[in-house]
Amino acid sequence: MTWETVIGLEVHAQLATRSKIFSGSATAYGAEPNTQASLVDLGYPGVLPVLNGEVVRMAALFGLAIGATVARRSVFARKNYFYPDLPKGYQISQYELPIVHDGHITIELDGGATKAVHVIRAHLEEDAGKSLHEHFAGLTGLDLNRAGTPLLEIVSAPDLRSAQEAVAYMKKVHQLVRYLGICDGNMQEGSFRCDANVSVRRAGTEPLGTRTESKNLNSFRFLERAILFEVQRQIEVLESGGRVVQETRLYDPDRDETRPMRSKEEANDYRYFPDPDLLPVVLDDAYIDAVRRLLPELPDARRERWTRDFGLKADAAEVLAADPEVATLFDSLARESGQPVAAANTLQSQLFSLFGAERTPARVNVPATAAILRLVADGSIARSSAKELIEEFAFSSAAPDLQQLVAQRGLKQISDTGALEGIVADVLAANPLQVEQYRAGQTKVLGFLVGQIMKASGGKANPAQVNELLKMKL
Amino acid sequence: MPPLPQRPTIAQLSQALAARQVSSRELTAAALARIGAADGVLNSFITLVPELALAAADQADARLARGEGGPLTGIPFAHKDIFCTAGIRTTCGSQMLANFVSPYDATAVERLAAAGIVTVGKTNMDEFAMGSSNETSWFGPVRNPWDPDRSPGGSSGGSAAAVAAGLVPAATGTDTGGSIRQPAALVGITGFKPTYGRVSRYGMIAFASSLDQAGVLTLTAEDAALLTGAMAGFDPRDSTSAELPVPDYASTLGDALRGRRIGVPKEFFDAGLEPGSATALREALRVYERLGATLVEISLPSLSLSVPTYYIVAPAECSSNLSRFDGVRFGHRHAGAATLEELYKKSRGEGFGAEVKRRILTGTYVLSAGYYDAYYLKAQKARRLIADDFRRCFADVDVIAGPTAPTPAFRLGEKVDDPVQMYLNDIYTIPVNLAGLPGISLPCGFSGGLPVGLQLIGPHFGEATLFNFAHVFQQETAWHTQLPPALTAGAAVGAPLGASDNGIAPKGAPTDAPTP
Amino acid sequence: MKLTRQNVAQIAHLARLEIGPEELDGVVEKLGRIVEFVDQLQLADTSAVTPMAHPMDMSQRLRADTVTEADHRDLYQQNSAAVADGLYTVPRVIE
Repeated sequence: MTWETVIGLEVHAQLATRSKIFSGSATAYGAEPNTQASLVDLGYPGVLPVLNGEVVRMAALFGLAIGATVARRSVFARKNYFYPDLPKGYQISQYELPIVHDGHITIELDGGATKAVHVIRAHLEEDAGKSLHEHFAGLTGLDLNRAGTPLLEIVSAPDLRSAQEAVAYMKKVHQLVRYLGICDGNMQEGSFRCDANVSVRRAGTEPLGTRTESKNLNSFRFLERAILFEVQRQIEVLESGGRVVQETRLYDPDRDETRPMRSKEEANDYRYFPDPDLLPVVLDDAYIDAVRRLLPELPDARRERWTRDFGLKADAAEVLAADPEVATLFDSLARESGQPVAAANTLQSQLFSLFGAERTPARVNVPATAAILRLVADGSIARSSAKELIEEFAFSSAAPDLQQLVAQRGLKQISDTGALEGIVADVLAANPLQVEQYRAGQTKVLGFLVGQIMKASGGKANPAQVNELLKMKL
Repeated sequence: MPPLPQRPTIAQLSQALAARQVSSRELTAAALARIGAADGVLNSFITLVPELALAAADQADARLARGEGGPLTGIPFAHKDIFCTAGIRTTCGSQMLANFVSPYDATAVERLAAAGIVTVGKTNMDEFAMGSSNETSWFGPVRNPWDPDRSPGGSSGGSAAAVAAGLVPAATGTDTGGSIRQPAALVGITGFKPTYGRVSRYGMIAFASSLDQAGVLTLTAEDAALLTGAMAGFDPRDSTSAELPVPDYASTLGDALRGRRIGVPKEFFDAGLEPGSATALREALRVYERLGATLVEISLPSLSLSVPTYYIVAPAECSSNLSRFDGVRFGHRHAGAATLEELYKKSRGEGFGAEVKRRILTGTYVLSAGYYDAYYLKAQKARRLIADDFRRCFADVDVIAGPTAPTPAFRLGEKVDDPVQMYLNDIYTIPVNLAGLPGISLPCGFSGGLPVGLQLIGPHFGEATLFNFAHVFQQETAWHTQLPPALTAGAAVGAPLGASDNGIAPKGAPTDAPTP
Repeated sequence: MKLTRQNVAQIAHLARLEIGPEELDGVVEKLGRIVEFVDQLQLADTSAVTPMAHPMDMSQRLRADTVTEADHRDLYQQNSAAVADGLYTVPRVIE
C-alpha cells in the first residue's frame, strides 16, 4: 500500500515594526517581563485598539510580492477563547475578509523542476503573550510583553506533498519576508514559526484524509521531523484499521515526536465576529501603487539577472541570493568593482568565512573591498596580496589609501618586462633539467618554472606576463 | 446679580463664579454636604472624593482669580462610574471591579478636567450599564427623587437622580440603548446622547462597543451643549472617533424654528405608550407648532425589530468585551482556585451579577457555531433596515420627535423578575443607538405626578440642531425647572428625601480610594 | 429553538461562568424567554440586505509606527491579586 502525504502550512511571521499592532508599546525582544505591556496590551477596561499603519504596508508588500490580491477592504474580527496568555479573552485577527488572498510561491524541487504553491490568504493578527510553566511550582507565570506584537499569518493550500517540499516552501517564505524587510526571520526568538496541517491518503485517491495540526514549529528541522513523525504515525494508525483523530498536536524536539495538546482538547467555538472597536481597512489604488513602488528586487529576479548580465553560474547565483544582506552586498561589490565574477568568488571563498554575529554582510566596507578587487583586475596586485588586504580592511571603517599601502608594503606586481626578463633568464639558467624536459614535450613542467619565477619575485610577478615570457624564451 | 435658584444650572453657576458671587470651594463644599445629607436615601453615588474635589475647587478658584477660567471652571460635577478616573476607584457598578483603581483617565474625564470642572464623585449605575432601572448595581438601587419607591431608570440612574435632586448640576452618562435618555425622562431632567463617534469612548468601560456613546445629564439643553462642546471631538486613542470639527453649539442655540420640519413617527404613538405620557407629548408637539415648526407624520416600519435586534447585538458584543474580566490582571479573583478553569469560572461567577451573566450567556449563544447566521447575522441585517428607516426620514425632516420611554418611572422591583418587560422599556431609545444617531430627552410634562420625557432624534452629527430645538422649547416652557417634592417642600437642601422602607440598603460605603 | 439545561451549561462553559446548580433552572427559564423574544426577528424579511456591523460609515485610521508607551509595570500590576517576579500568575497550565 502506498500513501500520499498532503501538507498545508500556516506560517506566522512577526512583522518588524517598532511598536505593536494596536498599541504604542515597543516590540523589542528580551525585555524584562511585562515591561512592554501597555494598558491596551493588558486588555485594561476602557482602552481601545488603534491600528499601526506600518503593518498594513508590510502586509500589502507581501501580497504584491506573491502576486496576490491586496484587498481594497479588509476587516478585523475577534476570535474568542479563554487562555491566560490572551489578555482580552479574544484575539484580534482577520477572518472573513483578510488583507491578502490568492497568491503563489514557487519552490524548486529536486532535478530543477518547480512547483507553484497556492497561498490562500495572509491575514494580520496580534500575537499572544508567553506562558512560563517552569518558573514557579504549581503556577504558570504570564509575561505579556509579546501580546499585541503584529503577526502576518500566511496560509498555504494543501499543495505540499512531502516534508522536503514543506521545508522548501517554508524556506522560500522565510527568504521572501526577509527580502521584503517585513520580518527579521529570527526563528530562535520565535519571529518566524509555523503550524503544519498534515494528512495522508491512499495514492491515487481524491478525498483528503483527516488532518492533524502540529503547532509551533520554530525551525526547518523541527518542521521536517514533525511531518515525518506525523505521516508515519498516521499511516500506522490507518494500516492497523484505526482512524486519524482531527486534533492539535505539539512537537516535542527532545523526544522527536508529536503529541496531542491538552489545552486544545475540547472542540473550538471561536465565535468570530467583526471587532466593533475597529473599522474596515480601506486601501485605494494610489496606496497600493505606492507600496508597489517599494517592492525590492526579489531573489528569483536577482538570480536571473546575475546569470544573464554577470555570467554567474546558477549555483553561485543561488548561494548569493539566499540571504538578502548577502545579495545586497554582492550587488554593491559587483557594481563598485566592475568585477562581478571576482566579487562573487571573493564572497564565497573568503568573506563567507569571515561573517559572524558582529561581522555582518551589511557591515562590509564596500568601497575598500571593491577597490582591492579593482587592483587585482588591473594587474596592480596579486590575488594573494588582495586576500591579505581584504582580510585587513573588509570590516574596518577606515578608507585606506591603497596606492600608498601597495607601495609601502611592496605589493606592486612586477609587470615591467625588463625586470621580469632578468628573473626568467636566471630561473631558466638555474633549472636546465626542467628546460630540457619542457622542450622534449613535457609541458607540465611549465607550472614548476612559473612557480620558481613567482618565488624569485617575492610573489610580485604578474603571472600572466610570466607565462607569456616563459613560452617565448622556451 | 439675582441670588442663585435652589437648583441652579451650570450657566447660572458659571455667571456667579465669574462675578465672584460665590467660590468653587463654596459650591463644592455645598454639593458634598447635600450629597452627605440626601444620598443615604437616594444612593446616587458609589464613591465620593471630597479631598480631591476641594483641592480641584481651590485650583479652579485660583484659575478664575487669574481670569483664566472658562464656563465650566469650578463647576461641581459627577462622573458615571463607568468612566475610568486615575487614582479614583472605578467600579462600573460591579463587584467585579469593587476595588479597581484605574491607572488612567478616560478622554471625556480628561477633557472636562482640563476645562476646570470639579469632580465630586462617581455615580451609581446598573452593573456594566446593563439595566434600565439601576436595580442591577452591586451597590444597590438608586431611588427616584420624585418618589423614592420608584426607579430613576438606568443605567445612568445615579447621575440622573443626583442631578434631579440638585446634588450636582450635571453629570456624565453613557447610552447604549437609552441609558442617558430614559433615566433623564424618568427624573425630569435633560439627557443628551451624541452621535456615535462624536465623543471618544476611550476610558469608558465597554458594554457594547458599536452602540456605546458618552453623553451628559443636565438641567437644560444649554448646559448639555456647553458640556458636549468640551467633551466632543477627535481622539486618536479611539479608532471609532470621528475626525470632524466640533461646531460652536452655543452660537445656534436660539435660532428660530420657523419653517423647520419635525417628523413624528406614527409607530411611536402606538398602543404601548402610556396615555398620560401621550397627552403630555402631544401638548409638547403643539408647542413646536406654535414656534413655527411643521409636524410631519412619518413611519419607521422596522421599529418593531429594534428591541430583538438590540438584544442580539448588545449581548454579543458584551459577551466578548467582558471576557477580559478573568481574575488575572485586575478585578475580582476567586481565592484558592486549584485549576485555571476554576479560577475563571468562579471569579466570573462571583464577580458578575445575574443580569450581566444573562447577557454574557445570550451573547455567547447568538455567536456560537450553528447560531451565528440565525441570530447575529440576522440582527446585523435588521440593524441596516432600522438605520435605513431613519436615513429615509431625515431626507425630509430636521428632527424626529416622540416619547423617550413608554411609561413614567416604574416601581422598584416591578420589572426586575421579567427581563423581557424590562428590555421593552427601551423601545423608543434603542433604535437611535442601532443607527448611531444623536438623541436628547427633555422634560415635557407630567403623568400621575411623574415626569414625562420628550425625545428628539437628529441626523448623524446633527447635535447643533438638537440643542437648538431643545433650547427653544425650554425657553418656551418651564417643565425643566420643576423640582422634585423633597426640594419643593422647602426642606433645607440636602434633607433626607424619605425613609427607606423596602429594605434595600446601599452597599459599599463611598470613600476615597487609595491613589496608586 | 428551546434552550435546555444542557445547552445553558455548555454556553456557560464557553463563557467561563460558573452557574451553581441552584441557579441553573432560573437561568434556563429567563434565558429561554430572552431567546424566545429575540426569535421574533426570524419573521423579518432581510433577504438582499447587507449586514451592518457598525454605525460609522468610515474606514480605519492608521497610526504611525512609533513607540509611545513607557514601562508602568508596577502601577499596572497594583490591580492584580497575583503577581510574582513581575509575572502575573495563574494555577499551573498543562499544554
